[in-house]
Amino acid sequence: MRYFLFLAALLLSPLAVSVAQPAAPTVEVSIEHFAFTPQNITVKVGTKVNWVNKDIEPHTVVSNDQKFQSEALDTNESFSMTFDQPGTYGYFCSIHPHMTGTVTVIP
Amino acid sequence: MKDHDISRRGTLSCLAWGGAGILWTMAGGVPIASALGAGTDKMSKAGAFSFVQISDTHIGFNKEANPDTLATAKLAIERINTQAPDAALVLHTGDITHLSRPAEFDTAAELLKGLKPTELHLVPGEHDVLDTKRSAYLERYGAVSQSKGYYSFDHQGVHFIALINVMEFQAGGQGRLGPEQLEWLEDDLKGRSASQPIVIFTHIPLWSLYEAWGWSTQDWPQALSYLKRFGSVTVLNGHIHQVVQKVEGRVSHYSAAATSYPQPAPGHADGPGPLTVPAEQLRSVLGIRRIESRPLQDLTVKDGALA
Ligand SMILES: [Cu+2]
Repeated sequence: MRYFLFLAALLLSPLAVSVAQPAAPTVEVSIEHFAFTPQNITVKVGTKVNWVNKDIEPHTVVSNDQKFQSEALDTNESFSMTFDQPGTYGYFCSIHPHMTGTVTVIP
Repeated sequence: MKDHDISRRGTLSCLAWGGAGILWTMAGGVPIASALGAGTDKMSKAGAFSFVQISDTHIGFNKEANPDTLATAKLAIERINTQAPDAALVLHTGDITHLSRPAEFDTAAELLKGLKPTELHLVPGEHDVLDTKRSAYLERYGAVSQSKGYYSFDHQGVHFIALINVMEFQAGGQGRLGPEQLEWLEDDLKGRSASQPIVIFTHIPLWSLYEAWGWSTQDWPQALSYLKRFGSVTVLNGHIHQVVQKVEGRVSHYSAAATSYPQPAPGHADGPGPLTVPAEQLRSVLGIRRIESRPLQDLTVKDGALA
């Protein structure tokens, strides 16, 4: 019984889980009402950013320097990208170019 | 945005056109008298003819705002065939498909074959060039423009210009024609008589209709500078799925209704995109447009609802 309680505590603790399995942290950016939310994010090197399209309209995620580029994302489709180099990455929707955002990657 | 910049549905007069349905009519875009004054004696002797604009069929879209865009597009084709069978041309101002899928283009092509008027001209919307190489659109419709998209032709004295503002986007920008197309346009207009009526058809509004939603073309002022000397310029566009008119000197801009689904009025929602109306009202906010060209007169633009 004591053993099971310990195991439950381990499973419920996010710290314990991340120690047990060091997965890349993921940050989600929502695409909604023709905007990236949050529009500007700062993440640590190695972070995976996942964009999810919650609009009825298709959108894309394209870096300003064309370093990364998603296909057209229909409703509920997502695109992710892991950032391994520090820097500031500007991006936009190539279908609706007034939609812009940035990912700032810090060491 | 100030209300006097745009005359929306509420200010247009309602007239019957043909047998069925409610039709929105506006004459010209400027009072006829002043339009004639602009260049009556200089206007070229174009013969009378009519043509049709259809826009934003969005074949492939099937969500709540319109689960069957093929049915409403078919209805639009039927309306053209019964109400404007003698139209000399049909202009499709883009967003033929919803996701640029080959199957969507095939369905659309099959549908458009049903048009009685056989001369069809198209420009792509951003939904038609979602694939990185734009091949789905250009393989089908690119031959006339050597795969550039933009081209021009004459019909009974009227000069028609297809402008493309969905293939040269830049981060943070609006619709864009791009330097190459602008150079082509300048060349295309050079040496042309200022009295020749010009009809431009394109997807995104050329004037700055509502930039917060991307409803504008950033390098339009450059194009406008080449057009200023002409007595009559009519711009027909789609993209915003609603009828909006704007007069900019001698240039009259007409945004068309879609055959698929409406979108909110500028600034009247969190963002643009499909607007769901009660199903029984849908056809009343969809439409097609007939344009009449008569010698020495400003073009007459008539919007007709599908209801
Ligand atoms: Cu977009």
